[in-house]
Amino acid sequence: MIVQSEFAGVSTLAVALLGAAIRGSIPYMFVSLGECLTETSGRINLGMEGILLMAAMTAFAVSQMTGSPWLGALAAALVGGLLGLIHAVLTELPGVNDVAAGIAMIIFGGGLAFFFGKQFVAPLAPQLPVFDFGGWSSNPAIRAALRISPLFFLGVITAFGLRFVLQRTRWGLYVRAVGDDPEAARSMGISVRSHRMAATVIGATMAGIGGSHLTLYFPGIWSEGISGGQGLMAVALVIFARWSPLRCLAASLFFGAAQALGPSLQSLGVGGYYLLNASPYILTLLLMILSSSRSRKLAGMPGALGARV
Amino acid sequence: MSTSQPAMVVVHEVSKCFGAVRALDAVSLTVRPGSFHAIIGENGAGKSTVAKCMLGVYSPDAGEVRVDGVRISGPAQARGLGVGMVFQQFKLVPSLTVAENLLVAREDLPAFPRWRELRARLRRFLETSPFTVDLDAKVAHLAAGQKQKVEILKQLYLETKILILDEPTSVLTPAESEEVMTAVSALVRTGSLSVVLISHRFPEVMNFADEVTVMRGGRVVISLPVKQTNPAQLAEYMMGQSRPPQPLTKTSFPADSPALEIDQLVVQGDTGLVAVDRVRLRVYPGEILGVAGVSGNGQRELVQAIAGQRSIDSGYIRAFGEAFHPNRSSIRKTKLFTIPEEPLQNATVPAMSVAENLALRRFDQPPVARGRWFLDRGAMRDAALTVIQAFSIRPPDPEVSARSLSGGNLQKAVMGRDLMAGDAAILVVANPCMGLDFLATASLHNRLVEMRNRGGALLVVSEDLDELVELADRIVVMSGGRIAYETHSSELDRTVIGSHFGGHP
Repeated sequence: MIVQSEFAGVSTLAVALLGAAIRGSIPYMFVSLGECLTETSGRINLGMEGILLMAAMTAFAVSQMTGSPWLGALAAALVGGLLGLIHAVLTELPGVNDVAAGIAMIIFGGGLAFFFGKQFVAPLAPQLPVFDFGGWSSNPAIRAALRISPLFFLGVITAFGLRFVLQRTRWGLYVRAVGDDPEAARSMGISVRSHRMAATVIGATMAGIGGSHLTLYFPGIWSEGISGGQGLMAVALVIFARWSPLRCLAASLFFGAAQALGPSLQSLGVGGYYLLNASPYILTLLLMILSSSRSRKLAGMPGALGARV
Repeated sequence: MSTSQPAMVVVHEVSKCFGAVRALDAVSLTVRPGSFHAIIGENGAGKSTVAKCMLGVYSPDAGEVRVDGVRISGPAQARGLGVGMVFQQFKLVPSLTVAENLLVAREDLPAFPRWRELRARLRRFLETSPFTVDLDAKVAHLAAGQKQKVEILKQLYLETKILILDEPTSVLTPAESEEVMTAVSALVRTGSLSVVLISHRFPEVMNFADEVTVMRGGRVVISLPVKQTNPAQLAEYMMGQSRPPQPLTKTSFPADSPALEIDQLVVQGDTGLVAVDRVRLRVYPGEILGVAGVSGNGQRELVQAIAGQRSIDSGYIRAFGEAFHPNRSSIRKTKLFTIPEEPLQNATVPAMSVAENLALRRFDQPPVARGRWFLDRGAMRDAALTVIQAFSIRPPDPEVSARSLSGGNLQKAVMGRDLMAGDAAILVVANPCMGLDFLATASLHNRLVEMRNRGGALLVVSEDLDELVELADRIVVMSGGRIAYETHSSELDRTVIGSHFGGHP
């Protein structure tokens, strides 16, 4: 009996972990795909953390006020795009550094979200509907784990879509050209500025959708610490994924799982709350150390990433 | 490729100023349809400026460029008239494949390309073109010669009728140069293309061009058919009244132990692959050892390793029998100095003044250093003026920033710092005369020979084989990171040495 219940415990843990990975991966997915597009064009947008916060707050507020979570998600995307536009305009100004502008955007987006979000701290807002894949099970843990947000599927579609766009369409070719060798792109009559701005805005829009997941999925509350640095980690994840949309997808799932590890282990009674919750950050650091090298350039890195032209 | 005739290009009385500098002064020349027209001249003679006026990139202050009677007003319009240029610096996107680079350049690429169809079209195009290239190869993985071919193919694919080539063979092996130039001139013979070749190499002008225009100081000296002239006469037109200094004669210097020894040296390149592969070199006092080869075969990494800009995986570097480490005390003791390529980035602090840059080797020693902590600005300035005068650096002002010097003057300053102020015993120098004109090159060469004659050991890395033949006592060829071949300059056979450039003799 004891053996069986332990087995049930472990398998429940596995399912719970899978569910949590899927759930936790969604913000990473959208932010990293957006950053992947932005960086492919040669821009760096570190402000994703600020966009995530602002989008999460907006999604929550709009959902609460209109009663439609879908409108909330749409508003989050628009706000993301708007912040992206600010970053795009700023970084096109002479003498403005991508990284400095990005850090300013983190603070700006966060501050704005805290300011407008004050009034929304307590109540609940309508959440996005979920696909319920766990109906077959009588185990509540499994049923909870297999409630999957439609945003997950949207994210997967976005990843494949982004790959198609970058590899197979004219616009994608232009974006890659602009990001790798702006001088050559210009000689072919491709506008470096407009492609970089478009990529930055679209990338930030994607991140906005990711932000909406933070507040429009269970438990569906808004708080100031809700993004927990996921926007920054997703930027790091793009480097780990070597600027490939499909690898961004895989890495997002991996990060999502790592993030779920802490609470899951805790539910089994394994101690060390703070240490376990730090695991995604530790993992990020480890991955960055393992995937970088002092003496070699990163394969797949856009040639003009963050460079002034 | 359509078979329509290329147009006639008429450059009429074109003048162009950049600030106070008169780059072009009433330049006129005509490129006949279907001809191979060379423009030669020293650096700063205005060759590239004329080309950019033809391309519509620069608009002339006075005069005009006409293609088939139509006045050129901008790059897009020039492009529409069939004018295209292959620049010295490749305008290809490294992370894209050859096919993608060709397609991206065309304006008629649809938003959602039908790749299969486009590839078939590219294949058909390649069948009619003079070179074969792998369409699916990433440009980043191509050798310089291949990239050059892709650039020319790109122009043909864009249906360029008037093709301007800016020093096209400067990055190619002798065999590649021959192949590219032969193919291009064959296209000219079919009458479907005009070529404007910007060059300073007499052999390729004599072999391939129909007509040649010589420029000097922003003016046209003469335009004439190649058949009616010879290299000596062209050189005279190029230099005018000024004469390069007589080359110094080399005196022999008895030496039995090497000044610089490099053994089993292994250095990684940027991509983590081995760039310098178990290299062994000996340079004796009173000797110039030339390192030849096509760029990208480990020369840059070799020089960087000696300069301390790149860490060494294994092997050793010895100067006068002792292990050499690129730190100040070891450098001062052995007087082993390195002048890497691109001196502005690698050998100077661009924002500092010329005087400060010239003092970099000795700022911590008297007379420039006073006490342990203070600099004597006056002494620094005096020392700088001596070098400026001896090497005729322009402007002769020690207080201007290193960044503001032209490439040639900067190179002179860096040389002056190590040869004169530093009193180098061993000098490692990469492409010393890249971007310098005839006169500056000749006088720098004499400085190097002078150092050799007083017992200095020199390692000269150069992509210009002619330069090494003139300068070096011995020449080694670097290919794929290894020393592929070694010969005495006096016994040098160009065909043999050229065959080692590619690594497959």
